[in-house]
Amino acid sequence: MTSESDAYERRSAAPVIAPVRPRKLAKVPFVELSEGRLQGVVSSGSDVERVYVSSITAGDHGLSCNTNNNRPCGGLSGGTRACNHLRALAEAAVAQYGLDRVARYLRVTLPDGAGDLWSGLHTTTAPNRAAEVFSGFLRHLAYLEVPPTADPLPELQWFPAAGAVR
Amino acid sequence: MLADALRSRPAGLDEALALIDGLDDALVHGLARIDEDRAAALESFAAAFTGSPLAGRVSDSIGKVVAGTVTDDHVAVLAGARSALTGAVHDALLAGLDEALGRVREPWAAPAGPAHSGQVLAGGRSWLRELAIAGWRGVDHELANGGAQVVSALLADPAGRRLAVLLDGFSAELRCAAPVATLDRVPVRRWADLWSRAVLLSQETFPAHEAAPADGRFLLLGVDLHEHPTVFRAQAHGLLESPGGGVRLVRTSVAAAKVDTISGPSAWRMLSAFPVFRAALAGQRVVELSGMPLTPGGDLLWDESRAAVGEPADPFAAARVRLGGVSAPAVAPLDRHPAAIAEPVLLEGYTAGEGSFDLGGVTLAVDSDRLPEAGPLTPALVAASTACLGLLRWDGGRWAVQPLAVQATVRKKPVTVHTADWALGPTEAKAAKAEATAGTAVEVLRERAGRLLRR
Ligand SMILES: [Zn+2]
Repeated sequence: MTSESDAYERRSAAPVIAPVRPRKLAKVPFVELSEGRLQGVVSSGSDVERVYVSSITAGDHGLSCNTNNNRPCGGLSGGTRACNHLRALAEAAVAQYGLDRVARYLRVTLPDGAGDLWSGLHTTTAPNRAAEVFSGFLRHLAYLEVPPTADPLPELQWFPAAGAVR
Repeated sequence: MLADALRSRPAGLDEALALIDGLDDALVHGLARIDEDRAAALESFAAAFTGSPLAGRVSDSIGKVVAGTVTDDHVAVLAGARSALTGAVHDALLAGLDEALGRVREPWAAPAGPAHSGQVLAGGRSWLRELAIAGWRGVDHELANGGAQVVSALLADPAGRRLAVLLDGFSAELRCAAPVATLDRVPVRRWADLWSRAVLLSQETFPAHEAAPADGRFLLLGVDLHEHPTVFRAQAHGLLESPGGGVRLVRTSVAAAKVDTISGPSAWRMLSAFPVFRAALAGQRVVELSGMPLTPGGDLLWDESRAAVGEPADPFAAARVRLGGVSAPAVAPLDRHPAAIAEPVLLEGYTAGEGSFDLGGVTLAVDSDRLPEAGPLTPALVAASTACLGLLRWDGGRWAVQPLAVQATVRKKPVTVHTADWALGPTEAKAAKAEATAGTAVEVLRERAGRLLRR
């Protein structure tokens, strides 16, 4: 018999990924916690053809911000003071995943009652990852172009639609 | 009758699950790190196949794995043997349920068709083997990401969709949990399920089955919604009335690719290519089918050009009149798994409590994790219900019902609520406003895709 203590371990439909919260995407169309980084894409305020690719590493909180054409961001300019893009990225991540999950992923210890991430970040500089993050964004967008299907997809029985946070 | 089936445990169930757990526990630490206890569990697993056609291959593969050699072939045998056990558990559970419900299960008679091929599958197999060797505890960011290339290649080929959708959901969980070494609790059964299904689907010999055209009236019973970060799917369960007069349970579904930021009611926007399907679901309307392909496993392959929406038909009325003694589809041999059981039932005359229904003689859990945000059905409505159309499911060692529709009394007025009432958009003002805001995400991403992908 399955005991209470191992119910999660012995459940086929055990939940693993917490549903993301809805947020506005115009300013920060893409955010992910992946490969040990909070990373994403931030729209340029002035040029619709340009985006900034920003990231913060977990653990040592290394900052990086570049355009999709690999030019360094003038606001960050290799320093450790976050530019507006990094601030927008962190704000979007908190809106999407909640402060706790982002803080845990980045290994940030927040002071009691902290309302944002920055109070717990001791930032350093990190290598430019713009090319791989941007290609991740293009892969992300490419899902919108995959045709729909009527295939019965039996394995989706393992993936119930996200429940409401009620 | 139903209460007896829901309470009883088929003979041999616990023993079969214990064998499955033995293999699953070995996958937690990885096939490269089999200690004495795990080796003993694997040897019991192999011994269970004594006298079966799989005996030789299972004992040989387990012997090699314990000795430290793990090839694609050994991995395939482990996954195949595990699916024989989950299949047996499935059969025992479903047979008890069919008997209690008076449901006549069709026998499986379909010949295996031509199978899939290609280099892509080899890539999938090799990633799955690396996962098994490292074990879930050994999954780091790099290994978790290893499935991404295979998924991209599979998505480009319609025949690869089933495996692509599975691998994408599975690898998203591994990426989210990486590095798994520091995770509190590992979903042991779940990841072993997903892994072994993926191993089987990435064999060139995995059988495909031919669909045959079907005519008749499709009467909706209820709609189940499925989702992971890159897919949203609506699956309708219903009754197919054939022109000859037969009535059988069938399913039909449509799925769209999406991204994680598209979720909740606005995910329906991704199914805009299926106006007939969505209208039938939102209005609980009869669908007249002409030559729609039907698989031997009871899945209608939805085709908008072969469907016409008719009059509204109350699913509760349809279930009351037609569900008793209905004929039920056979289950494809390799799809037999307890977690794949989703049997439509109509429950009435129960006492609804906090998270469960007292059916008289048995308390049936309500699976509240399967009440999607994309629909209006809430735990409160379920708790206030007097009749429920739902799916009976078995997981975590027990039966539970997943409500798909309820009749309830709210502020002294009778209401009927279905999961897919919002298939054409929320029908309630507050939810509609939230959907309109969230729905702009779809437009923003489509605009970005248009600008950046076609350079
Ligand atoms: Zn910047």
